[in-house]
Amino acid sequence: MNFETTIGLEVHIEMQTKSKAYSPAPVVYGAEPNTNTNVIDWAYPGVLPQVNKGVLEYGMRAAMALNCEINQDLHFDRKNYFYPDNPKAYQITQKDTPLAHDGYLEIELEDGTKKKIGIEEMHVEEDAGKNTHNPNGYSYVDLNRQGTPLIEIVSKPDMHSADEAYAYLSRLRQIIKFTGISDVKMEQGSMRADVNVSVRPIGSDKPGVRTEMKNLNSLEHVRKGIEYEEKRQRGILLKGGEIEQETRRFDEPTGTTVLMRSKEEANDYRYFPEPDLPTYHISNDWMDEVRASIPEMPDKRRERYINEWGIPAYDAKVLTQSKEMSDFYEATVAKGADPKLASNWLMGEVNAYLNDKQIELADTALTPEHLATMIKLIKDGTISSKIAKKVFKEIITNDTEPKAWVEEKGMVQLSDPAKLQPIIDEVLDNNQQSIEDFKNGKDRAFGFLVGNIMKQTRGKANPKVVNKLLTESLKNR
Amino acid sequence: MNITKEEVRKIASLSKLEFTEAELEKFTSQIEDIMNMSHQLSKIDTEGVKPTINVTDAVNVMREDVAEEPTPREELMKNVPDHEDGFIKVPAILDEGEDDE
Amino acid sequence: MDYLKNDLTSLHKQLVNKEISATELAKSTFDTIEKRDQKIDAFLAMNKEATLKQAAAIDARGINADNVLDGIPVGIKDNMVTKNLKTTAASKILENFTPIYNATVVERLEKAGMIVAGKLNMDEFAMGSSTETSAFKQTKNAWDQTKVPGGSSGGPAAAVASGELIAALGSDTGGSIRQPAAFNGVVGFKPTYGRVSRYGLIAFSSSLDQIGPVTRSVKDNALILNAIAGQDKHDFTTSPREVPDFTAKLGKEIKGMRIGVPKEFMDVDLQPEVRKAVENAIATFEKLGATVEEVSLPHALNGIQVYYIVATSEASSNLQRFDGIRYGFRAKDVKNLEDVYIRTRSEGFGDEVKRRIMLGTFSLSSGLYDEFFGKATKVRTIICQDFENVFKDYDLILGPTTTTAAFGFGEKTDDPIAMYMNDLLTIPTNLAGLPAMSLPGGFTENGLPIGIHLVGRRFDEATVYQAGYAFEQATDYHKQMPTIGGQN
Repeated sequence: MNFETTIGLEVHIEMQTKSKAYSPAPVVYGAEPNTNTNVIDWAYPGVLPQVNKGVLEYGMRAAMALNCEINQDLHFDRKNYFYPDNPKAYQITQKDTPLAHDGYLEIELEDGTKKKIGIEEMHVEEDAGKNTHNPNGYSYVDLNRQGTPLIEIVSKPDMHSADEAYAYLSRLRQIIKFTGISDVKMEQGSMRADVNVSVRPIGSDKPGVRTEMKNLNSLEHVRKGIEYEEKRQRGILLKGGEIEQETRRFDEPTGTTVLMRSKEEANDYRYFPEPDLPTYHISNDWMDEVRASIPEMPDKRRERYINEWGIPAYDAKVLTQSKEMSDFYEATVAKGADPKLASNWLMGEVNAYLNDKQIELADTALTPEHLATMIKLIKDGTISSKIAKKVFKEIITNDTEPKAWVEEKGMVQLSDPAKLQPIIDEVLDNNQQSIEDFKNGKDRAFGFLVGNIMKQTRGKANPKVVNKLLTESLKNR
Repeated sequence: MNITKEEVRKIASLSKLEFTEAELEKFTSQIEDIMNMSHQLSKIDTEGVKPTINVTDAVNVMREDVAEEPTPREELMKNVPDHEDGFIKVPAILDEGEDDE
Repeated sequence: MDYLKNDLTSLHKQLVNKEISATELAKSTFDTIEKRDQKIDAFLAMNKEATLKQAAAIDARGINADNVLDGIPVGIKDNMVTKNLKTTAASKILENFTPIYNATVVERLEKAGMIVAGKLNMDEFAMGSSTETSAFKQTKNAWDQTKVPGGSSGGPAAAVASGELIAALGSDTGGSIRQPAAFNGVVGFKPTYGRVSRYGLIAFSSSLDQIGPVTRSVKDNALILNAIAGQDKHDFTTSPREVPDFTAKLGKEIKGMRIGVPKEFMDVDLQPEVRKAVENAIATFEKLGATVEEVSLPHALNGIQVYYIVATSEASSNLQRFDGIRYGFRAKDVKNLEDVYIRTRSEGFGDEVKRRIMLGTFSLSSGLYDEFFGKATKVRTIICQDFENVFKDYDLILGPTTTTAAFGFGEKTDDPIAMYMNDLLTIPTNLAGLPAMSLPGGFTENGLPIGIHLVGRRFDEATVYQAGYAFEQATDYHKQMPTIGGQN
């Protein structure tokens, strides 16, 4: 029997606003427990939620970047469940009127084929606090994260393999990163995925029964979890069994999934419209304003690099892989660097350095100003490419202004003909034999003379200028 | 409509309440009476009527995204029955819960 | 100081003329409370020390002659949080709870110079119509201590009616200010939904709750509402509308005013003396030059069915936060988390609260939502439309506040539906968010007060006060005083 897999993803992304979704407490990561909370986060008796405008705007940015239709008339809903990290015992979310719906993103698989994956809906809601379980029989609750804004993005069940799901998540992460609303770090929990997987015999007209894996926090886990579920479900079907609709947990050490909750145990969340908040209307003007605030998306940037700056397609793709790299590249060009040289440096030396050290651009001392200055120094012949490597090493590790530094270190190339000519004349005067040899067609003599000139200038002479001046001088001899 | 003790027990569990058998008996019949009173609404034609969730005339009320000083932790801890090292302390959580819903 | 013989204006005059100091007023207030509250039991917490301190501070800076509320003690229903002053909502689950912030209404009254003298008894979490569901004490009717004070704002109404206080704040979800006001012969006002901030009001039903004043006179009532009304950045459901001076139309004649009397409210089983009181009120308004006509609110009496779905649904969610984890009562010797939840809530909540939580959870549960919560919110729309239709042609709606006068303790505690029927006539205005007032409109043969109910257009509190004031000036019900344990 041949099987077909269907996958849908629900992705939660923490939005990096300054304050929380429904309270003015600050959104701060890694603080002492319960130091960034207020009476609203604690669900003190009598408190009321206060919608953060920034949350709707960030949500709209994501919606627009994912080609969604914005729901212009909104309200919020309550989702009720008890848990110590959920102080109100309800989460304020959007069920009836999600912020946006019916969008898509395009994935590119390894073989180069492209595919559109639909977005069913996306809505804003709030994150819960954190429980730490202690073997002493107690749990410890920290509410700092309580109320941090989330956007939940629900895909259509358009994916049919672990690879497609992987590609969808990478692409989603890239796009969200470019909108500037989140750092989307799965390993740090600012992006988390719930994965729905179902399997059915090819040709079956009944949809397969799906299982849900909750809170996967790496792309690799998503891939492994899906692959395991496919295998597990196929195995059951092949034995004539039935798949149970249930929630499962991906178990990292074994790479398998284990039962968390059966359908019967599923909670009844008793959703209803949040009566403590008014309704919201998103006007066309407001949408235009938000649209104008969205940074340019990677595909647009890629096209621009190719068409306006003549960058090869492959390079343009690499440069737009991450927003940091792309922003850095554009800033370097804006500071006057030649686009092609800047691209070569970032793709070459910079990436090699980052890979070698396993760090990110932001972790280095390199700035677009310094890189641009260095590239200009190379282009106008002030430094040689050999020297440039030394300069690069300096500016990526220290906050050093390259122009002043090469001058101070005496690394500036000798390019002034008025200074080079007397040295050339002297070398020629002392090497009559070489002039003869050259005139007799021995090209090696030219190289010998250049070597001598370089020696005289301790390697600082600009080879291009030397070549030109030497050629002319030889003609005159 | 008829409401069974079993249904009332299920609702009690959702509400995190527990009742003795005698209480359950009493609640079941009272809840049935009240639900039946409210169920008379089914006679009213509401075809095409929009629900009323709120009767405020306020719309689009929003707060600018500006962080304010949090409430001092010692203030918040004043009413906490059990706390330790800045955490709220609760007896162990046995089930998997709803982390990060 | 006998509050039964004064109003805010006369008190203010005495304070400004230094016939009495704020400190003397505060002391004499507590003297009266200590005597009368032995019979009435309206107070859950006294704030004597802090009150005297604040009064001394006011005396030191001098009474503000432009501010009629300055230096006057006020009572607060115990479901509004008061910083550093125990607030319980009359529930065991909050018996040891001391708020760390003030409700907006408390802030505003204090800004106006009023001093919170104490916290007043109520039905637990405002769920009840007799104050009998309070976990702590049984408040008595000011006119007959064998009768209930009504509820849920039984404490505020009884405290004001007995002259312990000149004014108090209550909250009204289905009639909780107006019904006890009617039972105690005082003026109780529920403002338009969104007029007064709910921030710091321990929520019962978010879409229905409103805070309002309980006073002995219409003018005093308007003066208190002046101080607490208006948009609040802490409550996103408060209206951005400007707040008029609610006393501005007091004393203006009501000639030509159009008043509708819904036949549905007169067709129910009314105690004969209540019916008579409404008929007298109609005659009084006609004598004052108003046109009074019968109107129809075809779905208003379905309000009670809507209410017991909407209010309980919202309450079931609002009361989930009382879980024994962050504040309030936590059951003893709990072994695990489920125990913390279930035992804390089962031991901490009283029966009526549990009943409503269960009803609400039912109405919202999967499979029943459309039939109950969904249906109720649609009928609510129809009830709103009924009122809108009447208000196209009429300025006010008049009727009885309650079907009967105050009843005896224990009479209805075993029959929830009979108890719920207390709010039959007041609930529709909460569902539609309209401003409504109960004011003294007569007495039964046994000397129990009867309330007349006036309902206005949305945000037209001023007209309700205008008509109420005209009625008050034309009658002398409000001049009657209760006898409390043989003394006035």
